[in-house]
Amino acid sequence: MDLRTTKYPMPVRDPLVRNRDFEEVSLGYDGETARHEAQRCLHCKAHPCVDGCPVSVMIPDFIAKIAEGDFEGAYRIIGESSSLPAVCGRVCPQERQCEKFCVRGVKGEPVGIGRLERFAADYHLSHSEKTDRPVSNGHRVAVVGSGPAGLACAGELAKRGYEVTVFEALHTAGGVLVYGIPEFRLPKEIVRREVEHLLGLGVKIEMDSVIGRLYTVEELKRELGFEAVFLGTGAGLPRFMGIKGENAKGVFSANEYLTRANLMKAYEADSATPIYRGKRVAVVGGGNVAMDAARTAKRLGAEKVFIVYRRSREELPARREEVEHAVEEEIELQLLTNPVEIVTDGDNNVVALECVRMELGEPDESGRRRPVVKEGSEFRIEADCVIMALGTSPNPLIKQTTAGLLTKPRGEIAADENGKTSLEGVFAGGDAVTGSATVILAMGAGKVAARAIDEFIAGKE
Amino acid sequence: MFRILKRRELNKSVTLIEIEAPQIAKKALAGQFVILRTDERGERIPLTVAGTDQGRGAVCVIFQVVGATTMSLDRKREGDTIADLVGPLGNPTELDGIKKAIVVGGGVGCAIALPVARRLHELGADVRSVIGFRTRGAVILEEEFRACSDVSVTTDDGSYGETGNVCIPLKRLLEREKFDAVYAIGPLVMMKFVALTTKPYGVKTVASMNPIMIDGTGMCGCCRVTVDGEMKFACVDGPDFDAQKIDFDEAIGRNRSYLAFEAEAREKHCNLYKKEGN
Ligand code: FES
Repeated sequence: MDLRTTKYPMPVRDPLVRNRDFEEVSLGYDGETARHEAQRCLHCKAHPCVDGCPVSVMIPDFIAKIAEGDFEGAYRIIGESSSLPAVCGRVCPQERQCEKFCVRGVKGEPVGIGRLERFAADYHLSHSEKTDRPVSNGHRVAVVGSGPAGLACAGELAKRGYEVTVFEALHTAGGVLVYGIPEFRLPKEIVRREVEHLLGLGVKIEMDSVIGRLYTVEELKRELGFEAVFLGTGAGLPRFMGIKGENAKGVFSANEYLTRANLMKAYEADSATPIYRGKRVAVVGGGNVAMDAARTAKRLGAEKVFIVYRRSREELPARREEVEHAVEEEIELQLLTNPVEIVTDGDNNVVALECVRMELGEPDESGRRRPVVKEGSEFRIEADCVIMALGTSPNPLIKQTTAGLLTKPRGEIAADENGKTSLEGVFAGGDAVTGSATVILAMGAGKVAARAIDEFIAGKE
Repeated sequence: MFRILKRRELNKSVTLIEIEAPQIAKKALAGQFVILRTDERGERIPLTVAGTDQGRGAVCVIFQVVGATTMSLDRKREGDTIADLVGPLGNPTELDGIKKAIVVGGGVGCAIALPVARRLHELGADVRSVIGFRTRGAVILEEEFRACSDVSVTTDDGSYGETGNVCIPLKRLLEREKFDAVYAIGPLVMMKFVALTTKPYGVKTVASMNPIMIDGTGMCGCCRVTVDGEMKFACVDGPDFDAQKIDFDEAIGRNRSYLAFEAEAREKHCNLYKKEGN
């Protein structure tokens, strides 16, 4: 047992160096540090951490393996519940999940569960041999979308012998893991390896294939002969605020800005895709996507980057670590601040963000104190670039093109807890069902749906 | 990888290519578009489908060489490949119930106007086309339009057809006869003036928007246009919208967002060209 009250520090790159390039910020534990950190675990019988994990990874068990030095063993235990540990170890909001319930956290810091998960997964990625291809059971399943939900579903089905084809709309597999989350937080090499692992299991991936247009869901079943279809199409259109000036030049959705940077590699000199390099950038929103956009803007050479968020620091929905990293990288937080207008010049270019200060009033339905406008507090943030990171609303494409597929009032696909939709043999999961959520929830939903698809197909025989 | 089956220069700066993509060819309808990427480091650009040949599994696009990406696309020859072709995207142009229509095309926009005119003709409608160009050398597809419609041609400098812009013959037609719809496809400024011209006649006027796009599936939001005061996304809600309700001035501004970058890219590309030529 290691009685240290704080986590062993994660080695990170110098903030003022890293905020000028796109290489990964956190470097990961080495084997020795991982073993020390693992020894901080008390192995509580009740294991409250497991209940805090959306996919119930057997956390104390894998940590015990790390403590013993059996790193592959640790990976195997995580792999029983999680499909993308190298990704989740990096992007899960652990402080709101497993680590929130860790008994060590009562006096001091919880065990660094996320860091240990990442360690085990990275160890596996750099030491594993080629995966064996399971024997085919002759049944074919189509997976729409290669984001966390789709990858997890495809992997789970392939392990059970299904012949899986994944249809991806973009030219690279990975969904939000490649177009949304930046390289400095999740190296694309990791996503590529996860995808390669699936290919090794015999999964086929068809890029450039927009389901709903190239083939409808109905055609996947009727013409291409897939026995079941999983819809993991992700979240949809970016939200805007509806304030004046949002279509001015220099205003972007975080999705556009990040897609240009991440998927299209617009920050590299030889990329043909343009990106707007603002000098003073205001990012509206407080989630991980807002932090990602702000830190990307900094790396693209902005002198000043502001996060504009209407509640206080405690309420920021982003992972705590991302907020800390952003602040270290000289991103300025403008909290309790709400934009009311984007000010433009005569040529419709952004010149400033007009804001008001807020204060916290009575709690609202979410239990958080509702921000209310402070009278007479108007002020301007000078900016030549404004990025809106306000979440997304459901993509209408599948709904429009799939007769009989029921959706929820706000447009997300309606599915039960096993991912079953209103159409026979059609399953769904991830952000397409829940609206913008986390990678781990999407991955979990993909896995659960894979089991339901297995039962559905087995039940037909 | 997608193979180029055929390449033909329509004029000095406009090229037609046919790309092998059987499933897209099977599905694409008038008004829809594709997004392509020439090579691994390339940019994703939207191009409207100018026609399909299901027998050969080919999708036809016509493009004007304006920037680095279209330059590198223009250097591809028959048998060469491009990295990606995605489609068909957007909603097809609604042509149901139209008995008599005017199709207005401007410059390379005629490539997109042609399938609309053709389709209307196939549906048995009475079709008039008004196609406008800068000058005689820029005229494209005149024969093809003649095969499916009554054609008026204009050139800005008067070197061919009627002198002036498309609004002159358009107004004349509207003065004389009643039409069910006007379809405008071309530069934003042209579509804006077509909308102004048709307004007093109360005729349904549809404009096909071609904003900057990345994914084309309703994810990035960069294709947004303001229609009737509301934010719409051209790739999933359009690309066709009621021309009377589009905020053209805003759209014109947004299409210029990356002007400086494009100029630089073009410069770099031209230099590359020169070096290789040596
Ligand atoms: S092109 Fe990205 S949403 Fe339309």
